[in-house]
Amino acid sequence: MKLTEKQIEVLEILENNSARIPVEDIAKMAQLSVAETETTLDKLEEMKVLVRFNSVIDWSKVDGHEGVTAMIDVKVAPKRGVGFDEVAQRIYRFKEVRSVYLMSGAYDLSVIIEGRSMNEVARFVSEKLSTLDSVLSTTTHFILKKYKHDGTIFEQNEDDKRIVVSP
Amino acid sequence: MKETKSYLSKTVEELKPSGIRRFFDLAAGMEGVISLGVGEPDFITPWSVREAAILSLEQGYTSYTANAGLMELREEIADYMQKSFGVSYSPQSEIVVTVGASQALDISLRAILDSGDEVIVVEPSFVSYVPLVTLAGGVPVQVQTLKENGFKILPEQLENAITSRTKVIILCSPNNPTGTMLSGDELNAIAKIAERYDLLVLSDEIYAELAYDDEYTSFAAIGEMKKRTILISGFSKGFAMTGWRLGFICAPEEISQAMLKIHQYAMMCAPTMAQFAALEALKTGRSDVEDMKKSYKRRRNYFVQSLNELGLTCHMPGGAFYAFPSIESTGLTSEEFAEKLLLEEKVAVVPGNIFGESGEGHVRCSYATSMELLQEAIKRISHFVKQNPKA
Ligand SMILES: Cc1ncc(COP(=O)(O)O)c(C=O)c1O
Repeated sequence: MKLTEKQIEVLEILENNSARIPVEDIAKMAQLSVAETETTLDKLEEMKVLVRFNSVIDWSKVDGHEGVTAMIDVKVAPKRGVGFDEVAQRIYRFKEVRSVYLMSGAYDLSVIIEGRSMNEVARFVSEKLSTLDSVLSTTTHFILKKYKHDGTIFEQNEDDKRIVVSP
Repeated sequence: MKETKSYLSKTVEELKPSGIRRFFDLAAGMEGVISLGVGEPDFITPWSVREAAILSLEQGYTSYTANAGLMELREEIADYMQKSFGVSYSPQSEIVVTVGASQALDISLRAILDSGDEVIVVEPSFVSYVPLVTLAGGVPVQVQTLKENGFKILPEQLENAITSRTKVIILCSPNNPTGTMLSGDELNAIAKIAERYDLLVLSDEIYAELAYDDEYTSFAAIGEMKKRTILISGFSKGFAMTGWRLGFICAPEEISQAMLKIHQYAMMCAPTMAQFAALEALKTGRSDVEDMKKSYKRRRNYFVQSLNELGLTCHMPGGAFYAFPSIESTGLTSEEFAEKLLLEEKVAVVPGNIFGESGEGHVRCSYATSMELLQEAIKRISHFVKQNPKA
């Protein structure tokens, strides 16, 4: 489907900034006053408990914005004193990197990358990631299709199957 | 041959069709309707439960179960009643698994009523009580509650309705359509009356899982009440399992066994697949119920406050998923309000008078609908109320 520049812009704003629900409605749902709700939100943000208002967008539906996601298993040689933290930090500062996790098991770091194209991801892995001093090896898995992401099921037929009026 | 109609039983002929039916017909075929008219969860049955039913089919459990239900399920129900509500029932002799709470109501009334026995029905009430009492040969005696009392029955009202023919009081808390939940103290007062007049109480506890503010008290858990309580419950509402048709009765042995007689002749047993689903629901579904309940509570808070802001005054319902606002500020009757709202704004609600005369001046709105739709419904109702200020 084809979206206008404006629509895509709005999606991007939503994805990065806010959920759609008005503060007034949050207030009612939580049985608080609007002022209280606002202070609470501010406070939570200040404490960095509320890190971000996120929207989940199925970009695969938007022409020209499909993007590519890859999960990369990274083996690293931990450094004395700083362990894995230093190399993790060097990795997570790249803007292509969506998530970095320290893992138990067959490899050390799980890195999730989003790029505009396969090429872009490939370049990131070969030029940035695998050239880091302590990185011993990388295994890149491209995501072919997202079925469920962060608790949201994509492509689900969620129509209300109930009859309109019932006892 | 006589006219076909003249073959019908007098009782059935005189039975009024449910008023809900008319609104269903009116709304059917309309596009873009937001339905606040449904008496069921908007959640789909938790996947673990659906999956257990599928597994039971794969394994070939497609035959009848014991008449009273799978023993394993009855044991699980007994455990659940004990842990959640503090009442113990024997899975062997005091629990019967039924085809929904609906069938449980039917066979309860048929097991205890003789022709002419009076049954007290607290109004506004679930649409089935009065017709089921009539079908069982009893005489319904409707007691009207008032919105000033939050639609709670007062002990003196109850006492005034009792005659020498009264056999049973039907209670439903949390209530459909008002959402009203009675506290332990209020149930205690009713218990005293039941004791004084030696009455049975049929306690419809189908919404017990959906109590938002206060701890739920089962009528059977009060004092000596277990021996005079027929407790009806099921999986439809709390576990989002309306289509599975599964409910149960807990009652003293003599009553359970009498019901079982009717159940075994009329129904054989509840559907096997649904029984396996229910077993799983009790074993692993409680956290899903908690999640759904949280969500209903937030929607209730939002919806009821929004109605009040629109001048459709509404008490805060303690349970179930219904709001029962007064629509008197619009100058319309509840039927007019519901019909106009549906035709003009495409929001379906149910007129309060369908639940008994005391429901007039109110409409039942189910908030078991997504927040997005509730927000849109409030917008439409707000527009409607502005168009219909009291003459
Ligand atoms: C108060 C009450 N009792 C019983 C029922 C019937 O439940 P079931 O689906 O288990 O037959 C309903 C359904 O609307 C109800 O509101």
